[in-house]
Amino acid sequence: MDTQELIKTQVTSNPVVLYMKGSPKFPQCGFSGLAVQILHACGLKDFVAIDVLAEPAIREGIKTYANWPTIPQLYIKGEFVGGADIMRDLYQQGELQKLLQEAQA
Amino acid sequence: MLSAETLKGYIAHGLPCEHVQVVGDDGQHFEALIVSPLFEGKNMVQQHQLVYQALGDRMHEEIHALSMRTFTPATWAKLNAAL
Repeated sequence: MDTQELIKTQVTSNPVVLYMKGSPKFPQCGFSGLAVQILHACGLKDFVAIDVLAEPAIREGIKTYANWPTIPQLYIKGEFVGGADIMRDLYQQGELQKLLQEAQA
Repeated sequence: MLSAETLKGYIAHGLPCEHVQVVGDDGQHFEALIVSPLFEGKNMVQQHQLVYQALGDRMHEEIHALSMRTFTPATWAKLNAAL
């Protein structure tokens, strides 16, 4: 299975997937840490977090997949939602909470 | 080391903008505020992708972190009117 197929499988078989640097407990980059904090602020405790530092092929492949050059990247129900910036803006608008609730339903 | 001014030039060169503001003095982390008519009818992800396309490979090589706020001219005018 090539990287693009692997990513597709990962994002479509889990409601919420966060590609990040490091892990939720030990984020290795400020923006990745912010993304985790935002998800926790939405009351989301269990979500799939994929450490791209541990998987170089995914680290590059995910940028092609979403046509988005940076990490972190959040996926809800297989859809690319955005990076830390957009997660913050959606959270402030209350939109992210809605998207996450729908994903859990 | 990449300066905020240079990055502002990259953005303005690659994307027709009404207003571009970039701050950041460590050469790696930048914050940009961009107003462009091209953002009309696009959601946030698409707006940011336009900026990334304008920056092209520089995003991979020179820029570690770019935090963005993007606005259409109409939204920007409304915001300014409210100030």
